Amino acid sequence: MFDKLDQIFVNALHWLASFLPEAWRPLVSALICIAVILVVFPTLFALVTVLERKGLGRIQNRYGPNRVGIPFTKIRLAGFGQFIPDGMKMLTKEDIVPRAADKAVHFLAPVVLLIPILLAYSVLPFGRNMSIADYDAGLLFFLAVGGAVEISVFMAGWSSRNKYSLLGAMRAIAQMVSYEIPLILSAVTVVMIVGSLNLNEIVRHQDQFTFGIAHWHVFTPWGFVGFALFFIAALAESNRTPFDLPEAESEIIAGYFTEYSGFKFALFFLGEYLGMFAISGLGITLFLGGWTAPFSFLTWIPSWIWFFAKLLVIIFVFIWIRGTLPRLRMDQLMNFAWKFMLPLALVNILVAGVWHFMGAGALRWLVCSAIIFGAYAVLGRGLMHNQKLGKRIYKFAE
Amino acid sequence: MSPFFIITAVVTLLGAVFAMSLRNLVHCALAMAVAFSGVAALYLQLDAQFVGFAEILVYVGAIAILIVFAILLTRSGETPVKSVLTSGWWAGIAVTAMVFTTLGWAILNSSATPKEIPAAPVATVKNLGDALMTKFVLPLEIVALVLTLAMIGAVLIALKEDKSENSGRKP
Repeated sequence: MFDKLDQIFVNALHWLASFLPEAWRPLVSALICIAVILVVFPTLFALVTVLERKGLGRIQNRYGPNRVGIPFTKIRLAGFGQFIPDGMKMLTKEDIVPRAADKAVHFLAPVVLLIPILLAYSVLPFGRNMSIADYDAGLLFFLAVGGAVEISVFMAGWSSRNKYSLLGAMRAIAQMVSYEIPLILSAVTVVMIVGSLNLNEIVRHQDQFTFGIAHWHVFTPWGFVGFALFFIAALAESNRTPFDLPEAESEIIAGYFTEYSGFKFALFFLGEYLGMFAISGLGITLFLGGWTAPFSFLTWIPSWIWFFAKLLVIIFVFIWIRGTLPRLRMDQLMNFAWKFMLPLALVNILVAGVWHFMGAGALRWLVCSAIIFGAYAVLGRGLMHNQKLGKRIYKFAE
Repeated sequence: MSPFFIITAVVTLLGAVFAMSLRNLVHCALAMAVAFSGVAALYLQLDAQFVGFAEILVYVGAIAILIVFAILLTRSGETPVKSVLTSGWWAGIAVTAMVFTTLGWAILNSSATPKEIPAAPVATVKNLGDALMTKFVLPLEIVALVLTLAMIGAVLIALKEDKSENSGRKP
């Protein structure tokens, strides 16, 4: 029964396709998959906006949205209907294009942003047998289309003819280029250990159990460091606090999409959240076991539930960090990426090699942990060197 | 020729034509990104996944960004009023056509190109990696060395020239 539930979506797709003539099946099943992606993740986006507002409200000692439920009834749903009026407001707002703007590029930027992000979903395994395109080089595909996001950010910032937009775009591109390197290098360790760029293969490699505990990569020394680096770089890639300099609303209004209004603004918002979900999904696939269960006695729960449960946990951590940490300064951002994360990612690649060649045993745990801890201590001290951190002195707020 | 090939070919060629004929340099760079994506799509149709993805990763993700940065940092925003094509464009086309015919004729008649098309070899990413690490390891290392030298050179150019001896430690 649980096996059926596990494969319910795969079987439903086959069942739907079986009504069609043979020649149409690939095209129609591809269209159905696209439709599912276009429904599930924007819905998740809508719910997460409410969750985020409520979560931030809790952290800041206020309620957050708690009134809107199902329209025309008394049912409140604890405020989870809030996204419907929000979406209607976005749709009905006037679309303002600055007179000096480059009209064509200004129009295309949000579209160009969404295409690579939606493409990235095609390789993620959402459950057992549930990835849309099973590419041999799926990880490379994900990273490649992720790199194409930068060009849309530039298009938005440049075409608006606005200082804040251009500044935001420059900050965003500098940040994305810098943090893409630790992101890719931390993913390389997984490729080294698994020996494949195929994301399904990577998940299958983690679908084993010792003493009832899964072989998730995060439970190894190199995997733990890799996941930490990946997570920080993912925060930066999706422009979330504390790396939200590109759109720092208290400095440069909204960064590269300052001059967007109405539905184009909503598209940017959507693109940002979809990018965050996609990169969290990749992190889950690489380090947190994808759709596998953490303990062997929990394997009866359908695989897709595990994937989305992990996704929601990561989103919760994102919201938590946003409510907790202040924004970094530009020099701190760059120093952190180039002087700390990049060397640590390189050391981690070395550690993954040592781990692979030492064979199973307690000794490799000891050696790998020692190398990582040493590198962490040295690099951390190097980063804090000459920082002159003392007691904070308030000049104006005493 | 499949319709997919025709669509991607037309998009690639249009991108390339716009990249050299538009007045605004940033538009040219963006058109070139379109052409790069079209080339990547062509690679994917040939089942060359790795090359296709690397094309997107390197050319669309990095080179295009590098070009727009270079344009923004070196030129002011104004665009030329006149057309960017010189009056002698027809001569250029004639020369190009002549070169193309000669090269095409030479390639078609040369003994180096096989007359029968061999069966497509299976080139997975794993095969590519194996080849890079065994047969082509020396070229790979040389490329790595060249890139490292380029990076050191870039750092040297970007370093501030400091005349005084003690000011190196200042933030």
